[in-house]
Formats: sequence, structure tokens, C-alpha cells
Amino acid sequence: MNNLLVYCEIDEGQVAEVSLELLTKARSLAHQLNCQLEAVAIGASLDGIPDQVFPYGVDILYVAEDPRLSPYTTIPHASIVNRLIRQEQPQIGLFGATSIGRDLAPRVASALRSGLTADCTQLEIGDHYEKRIDTEYKNLLYQIRPAFGGNILATIINPETRPQLATVREGVMKKEPLADFRAGEIRKLPVVEWLSDTDFVVEIIDRHIEQRKVNIKAAPIIVAGGYGVGSKENFQLLYDLAELLGGEVGASRAAVDAGFTDHERQVGQTGVTVRPKLYIACGISGQIQHRAGMEESSMIISINKDPNAPINHIADYTIIGDVGEVIPKMIRYYKKNSK
Amino acid sequence: MNHLRIIVLAKQVPDTRNVGKDAMKADGTVNRGALPAIYNPEDLNALEQALRIKDRFPESEIVLLTMGPGRAAEIIRESMYRGADRGILLTDRKFAGSDTLATSYALSMAIRKLEPYSLILAGRQAIDGDTAQVGPQVAEKLGIPQVTYAEEIGEIADGKVTVKRRLERGVETVVATMPLLVTVHNSAPPCRPRNAKRLMKYKYAHTVSEMQHSNEDYFAWQNDRPYLRIDEWSVDDVQADENMLGLSGSPTKVKKIENVVFKAKESKVLAPSDADIEWLVRELIHNSTIG
Repeated sequence: MNNLLVYCEIDEGQVAEVSLELLTKARSLAHQLNCQLEAVAIGASLDGIPDQVFPYGVDILYVAEDPRLSPYTTIPHASIVNRLIRQEQPQIGLFGATSIGRDLAPRVASALRSGLTADCTQLEIGDHYEKRIDTEYKNLLYQIRPAFGGNILATIINPETRPQLATVREGVMKKEPLADFRAGEIRKLPVVEWLSDTDFVVEIIDRHIEQRKVNIKAAPIIVAGGYGVGSKENFQLLYDLAELLGGEVGASRAAVDAGFTDHERQVGQTGVTVRPKLYIACGISGQIQHRAGMEESSMIISINKDPNAPINHIADYTIIGDVGEVIPKMIRYYKKNSK
Repeated sequence: MNHLRIIVLAKQVPDTRNVGKDAMKADGTVNRGALPAIYNPEDLNALEQALRIKDRFPESEIVLLTMGPGRAAEIIRESMYRGADRGILLTDRKFAGSDTLATSYALSMAIRKLEPYSLILAGRQAIDGDTAQVGPQVAEKLGIPQVTYAEEIGEIADGKVTVKRRLERGVETVVATMPLLVTVHNSAPPCRPRNAKRLMKYKYAHTVSEMQHSNEDYFAWQNDRPYLRIDEWSVDDVQADENMLGLSGSPTKVKKIENVVFKAKESKVLAPSDADIEWLVRELIHNSTIG
């Protein structure tokens, strides 16, 4: 049976958000294709993984457990994924477009000589007619991704090679566990048999990973700042307003690059995609890459000195003015008018 | 260990970072012709790492390898101005239309001609595609390990290299055996500028195709100055299988390209006055957008 396989990224016993987002999407694709949803978990202590993934509708969970498999290194994980794909022959294989997924997926694609599309923001199932050879391909994976600096959206297909491989950006698909689910089947993989000592040629000698502190994806209100905010000090105003409104602070890439705030707050193509009920864009010009990450917000307010800033075209309200002047007034009038 | 051969993979790309008004046509599509061709930024970070290794081991050789049309020789000269020893332009119409898999195959075949090598350095990704796939795929094709997102290349001893990697939420230091492919992240130091003496010397470095337009006897001229020859390698030169190149060797196909057009909304424009801002805040409270 040619199923759909998702590589689950695991950090200290927790399945990564992006993998759960992928499982949610993959479940609906598997439903359309009338096939099963498979997941593979590779790591050191994986006892807690089944309970985390089965609520997402996983039919078969492959488990490769070995102390040498955590933290992630390329070749051992690639060897297991390659072997599993050769054995089970899934029609589609999906990875998160993360530090790990973008390191692993190309290695796998090259070994299997399969097509791989990076950083997809949408996945769909569809047909394709190839005129040149008069052939109709049924139920292909449409891998949709921004390209050319975000100015175009390309739909990529792999008509001939299997599996069809893609990495998917974190934060663009919605994560939704099932209300009612059945535990799937667990299949242990023969790790010792599948790996050789020569797979461990890269040794990790030191590692500092920070825990994620903020999750702007879940915030109902986002006060986001761009380069136009001007300084780290002015950014404090955004934190004040966000706290007052019960929201979070977001940022454009330019603001992050300028050091006004951290990367984990970045909204847009190289950050996260958000859909809050209110997005207040402060001093953000609205490059296409930023707009792609926030245009689905229910309401958008732009505060910008430039009346022609592109962001204003998608804003419901535009305040032409300086962020340092406007935000204190918003804070004052909110305090005055809210009960 | 004093004379390492370091191959740097680089690409000439359209500058997609600053797509200005003149780069957009009236219908909202990208006017690719209006975008300048530049040295892919992270490949310059990779070149700097190679140069730093050569600073430590001066007998090392830095070979710049790029695949592209004839004009891509520009980035080979640019690399020479900054310290690369020689360059190879992998160029052939049969490479056109290659996706990342076919490109990796072509590069790996060229690299096989450059054996023995110790390190292959490349930028993490190119700004025209942002896929970050070619580095790892080249490593797989050559059967060597990869270390991605390098920020710093540390100790090189006993056939092993220490590399500090920049991850999404932290850093990791690894030790890997050579030969090794390393992709370099933009948080690594920027590339040093051109060296004035090298600029004077290498501005005459050309491929044979570039020399064909001159009237001089360029073969004799270049034979006297072999350091000014930029090698051009074709599909046949690297003994690549044509079926694995170009469109036929590329499993991914572009089905559709859409221009991203944002629908303009009816935006209500307000002044930064007390009256306007109080009105807006009351409006937001009234319709329950804010509590």
C-alpha cells in the first residue's frame, strides 16, 4: 500500500509543533488519497511519542529507538528513513522545513533520486496532463511554495518519481487533533541491523538549545514592529501596548535584523505565519515577504509615516503618523475607554 | 595536513532581495532582466571560511566551482580578487533546466575530477530558490558526510574538522571526518574585500569563451600566464550522463507560476490626532476586537 509518511521531529521526548501541523495536513491528504497515514519517530527515549501522535490520526507509527539517535545527526537518521521508504514505498514523504528537516530531506531525496520541494506553504492533491507525452497523471501532490523572493508562488509536481518529497514551513498549516480517535499500530524498526558504525562520522561535542519562550502563532492580538520603529527602546512601547491588550509582540525581518527583537517573533516568509483577530503593524512597510505571513489577520491596522507604504493597501485602518506618538495615545485612550 | 584542497561551490544569482519598483512590470510580474546578477551572499560567507583556512594553512589551494552561463565567470574573478587560487565554470546548454537533484549530480561529477579534496564549502542556500538542497545532495552523491549551517570552522587536525553550527534555537559544535561538505550560514563572518594587487593581476583572468572576442592570439597569451585561465567544463568533460541532467534529469517540474498579488482593501485613513485615535480605540472596543 502506498501510504503517506511524515517524519516526526523530536526534541527531548516532545514531538515538534511543525510535525503535528504536518500530521494534521497529511491526515486530510491521506483521506483524499484513500490511503493510510504513517509517521516515523527516530530518537532515544520514545515512550511518550505514541500518545502524542495518535490523536492526529496516525494509522501506523514506526519507531526507531537507540541512544545514539539523539540528538539528531544526519547520516543515521537518513539511513533509517531511506531504508524505511525503500521497504514501505510511501507515495508521499513530508518533513518540517526546519534546521533538521532541511538537512535531512535533501540527503534522503538524493539517495532515493526523488524530487524534493523545499519550504512549501500549501499542499494539495490534483491531476496533471503532460501534453508532450500525452499522459494523464492522477492524484499528484501539488507542492506550492513562494519563490523569487516571495514575488511568485510556484506549484511543483513530481510526476514520475516516488515518493514525492516536500519540506513544509513551520506555522503555516493548522494543528488540529481529532476529538475522537483510535490508537494506531506501533512498529519497531530493527535499528541495530539498519545502522553501521560508519554512519556515526559526525560527533556532537557541545550543544546549547534555548527553549521557545513565546508562541506568537496562538496570540489573538499581535502588535508588530518594523524597521520604522527606529530603536530597541521604541520597541518597548509595542510590548506595553501588547501587554495591555492581552496580545504578543511580532516583528518584521528588518526589525529582527536590526536587533530590535528576537527571531522567534518574526512574522512572514522566513518567520511564522499568523492569523490573529487584530494585527497592528507599526512602522512596517509591508514587503511581500512580510504580508505573506499576516494577510489573513481578521483586522489590520497600519501605523506608518509613509502614506504610500504597501502595508496600507491591505490595512483596514491606516494611521499616518509616528509610532512613538501614536502608541502612547492608543494606550491612553484604551485605559480611558475600557471597563 | 598543510596543503588542503578546498572546493568552494558558488552561484551567480539574480538579486531578489531588493525587488524595487522598477523590477516589477505594470502587470505586477517580476522583470527578471531588471535584477542585477550578484554573487550569492552566503557563498561569500563560505569563501571567507575557505580563506581563513588558507590563512592558517598557506599551502592550501582554494578552487572555486560554479555552474551557470558564460557570464558566471564574473563570480570566479571576484573570488580570485579575494583570494581563490583558481576557478572552474561548469557550463553547457545540457545543464539548463536542472533542478536541485540534477544540479547536485552535475556538481558532484565535476568534483570527482578534483579529487583528492579535503573540504567542500558552500553557502547554505541561494537567494533565487532558497532551497538549501544542493549542498546536502552533493554530499550524498559523493558519499561524504555533511555539516550544514556552519558559523565557524575551528580546529583542523588528524583528518577531522570542528564546526560550530547555527540552528534555529541555538548552536551546536560537531567534529566530523574529512573529506567533508560544509554549508555556511549567513551568521558567519562576511567575506573580506578585494585585494588591490590581486585585482590588478586577475582582472585579465578569462574563460576561453570570453577570450574568443579578442583579436589577440589568446591561446599563446594564456599559455604564458596559466594562472589567468578560467577552465570551462562541459557535460563531456565531467563524463556526466545526459539523462540525469537538465529537464530530463529533474524529477521536479514546475506546473504553474502565479504572481503574488495582494488585494487592496478599502483602508480608512486616520490622522495621529487625539480625536482620531480615541475614535478608533472606541470602535475596536465596541466591535469586541479588543476587550
